[in-house]
Amino acid sequence: MIEAIDLCKKFADITAVDGLSFEVKPGEVLGFLGPNGAGKSTTMKMLTGFLPPTSGSARINGRDIGEDSLAARRLMGYLPEGAPLYGEMTVIDFLEFIANARGLNGAAAHSAARAAADRLHLERVLYQQIETLSKGFKRRVGLAQAILHDPDVLILDEPTDGLDPNQKHEVRKLIQDMSSDKIIIISTHILEEVEAVCNRVMIIAQGRLLADDTPAGLIARSRYHDAVTLVIDQPEQIASALSELPEVSKAELNEGELTVFPAGPGLFDAVSKAIASHEWDVRELRLEPGRFDEVFREITGGQVS
Amino acid sequence: MNHAFTTVMKRELAGYFATPVAYVFIVIFLVMTGVFTFYLGNFYQRGIADLDPFFRFHPWLYLFLVPAISMRLWAEERRSGTIELLLTLPVSLWQAVAGKFVAAWLFIGLALILTFPMWITVNYLGDPDNGAILAAYIGSWLMAGGFLAIGSCMSALTRNQVIAFILSVVICFGFLLSGMPMVLNLFANWAPQVLIDAIASLSFLAHFSDISRGVIDIRDLVYFALVIGFWLVANMILLELRKGE
Repeated sequence: MIEAIDLCKKFADITAVDGLSFEVKPGEVLGFLGPNGAGKSTTMKMLTGFLPPTSGSARINGRDIGEDSLAARRLMGYLPEGAPLYGEMTVIDFLEFIANARGLNGAAAHSAARAAADRLHLERVLYQQIETLSKGFKRRVGLAQAILHDPDVLILDEPTDGLDPNQKHEVRKLIQDMSSDKIIIISTHILEEVEAVCNRVMIIAQGRLLADDTPAGLIARSRYHDAVTLVIDQPEQIASALSELPEVSKAELNEGELTVFPAGPGLFDAVSKAIASHEWDVRELRLEPGRFDEVFREITGGQVS
Repeated sequence: MNHAFTTVMKRELAGYFATPVAYVFIVIFLVMTGVFTFYLGNFYQRGIADLDPFFRFHPWLYLFLVPAISMRLWAEERRSGTIELLLTLPVSLWQAVAGKFVAAWLFIGLALILTFPMWITVNYLGDPDNGAILAAYIGSWLMAGGFLAIGSCMSALTRNQVIAFILSVVICFGFLLSGMPMVLNLFANWAPQVLIDAIASLSFLAHFSDISRGVIDIRDLVYFALVIGFWLVANMILLELRKGE
């Protein structure tokens, strides 16, 4: 379990992280979501023991990251922001170095390095110098070093940054495969990624925790949640007709799409019936799950920092 | 030996040979020692079978060559961000600092060993005191360690290798000159003798010249050990304070 207690970090005159407290349990894939400069990376740097907090503390499976730092660090795998690597080393040398530093020796180090490389599909570039690799490969080498010792806790700062859609899919699958018994924290500003891999989301802006919920719970906060959108001819007429229904609170027109918002349950059925009885020619009809980007903007107040 | 320390040291040492740095350094070092010994040191004209003209120029060679090795130690880790990778591994700050330092020190030791043709030459030409020569080699290596510890500390200050190099040269220069009359004369007229003695006793040159004459005095060994220890501890403190910047 990870326990963060009132974590604060101040740099000279700016407060990067301002009193974050949370717990994460095994099996949870927690997404840190927030605008750039929100304090996501700084929080991760404190959790992994790289930066000492200005105040507050964090414990990894009961080990304090400040007082029992080495023991806490052994439990974690970490991909720092931008996936920094020793460019002059070959992939296999680098992974074996990490394995050695993690206390593995000789054959055990080599097989752990190979296994991690296989999981990230690095077989082809094992003996290539890291600085000659593409961005996608570098990111995967960074991920391989993080998972190499099969840690209880994985902290990944923007794990899919710079990957193409196929590689993103692969990495997300890897995270899901590992998630059952581990604690995984990822930071991202890609909303779809949170929906794809996380079962918990913390929205952070200006160093403060603004929301802590499941992705579904967050999406349900959207005003679009359970709204119905239609694509039809003559939307104005139909909008006024639908507004009469007791289940409809409001109808909005937007770029040829008509969205009606619910006043209570049963909106979709009511709209379907109305369509059938009036024999409207509907080209598209969909139930809105809610819009994540809208919730995100609302919670973070549209800040650009 | 300590596992994490050895791991860091081995990686560093291999790093020198993964790039042309090692070869360039060793070639320049050997050429320069040769030039100094034979041209400036009048090795032949003196007609004495010893390596004094060889060792006499080591402090001045180290003044520029050691910072060239040490400047990348931490500055490079900071620039590329790998410092975050290294210091979140289960490796203590002390193991990381000492591992890097010892790797660089061994590397300079290797360059020093490769000057052995000089030793063969002098043995071929005459009958030198080989014990004194061995002592001088040890003294030279210890002095290089002192320069290196200063350079490592300066490298932790910045992510810019050029700045690290210049700061190291300046501080090393101060340590070299502190025993010279041109520095001591500045203090001679007004400072108490205790202070002048203290400044003079900080000099690399004074301690090295003892050893290079073949006298291994425990005080000189302690002196270099203290210099190395002091600057490496300062190195750790600086890293701890500034690693996030």
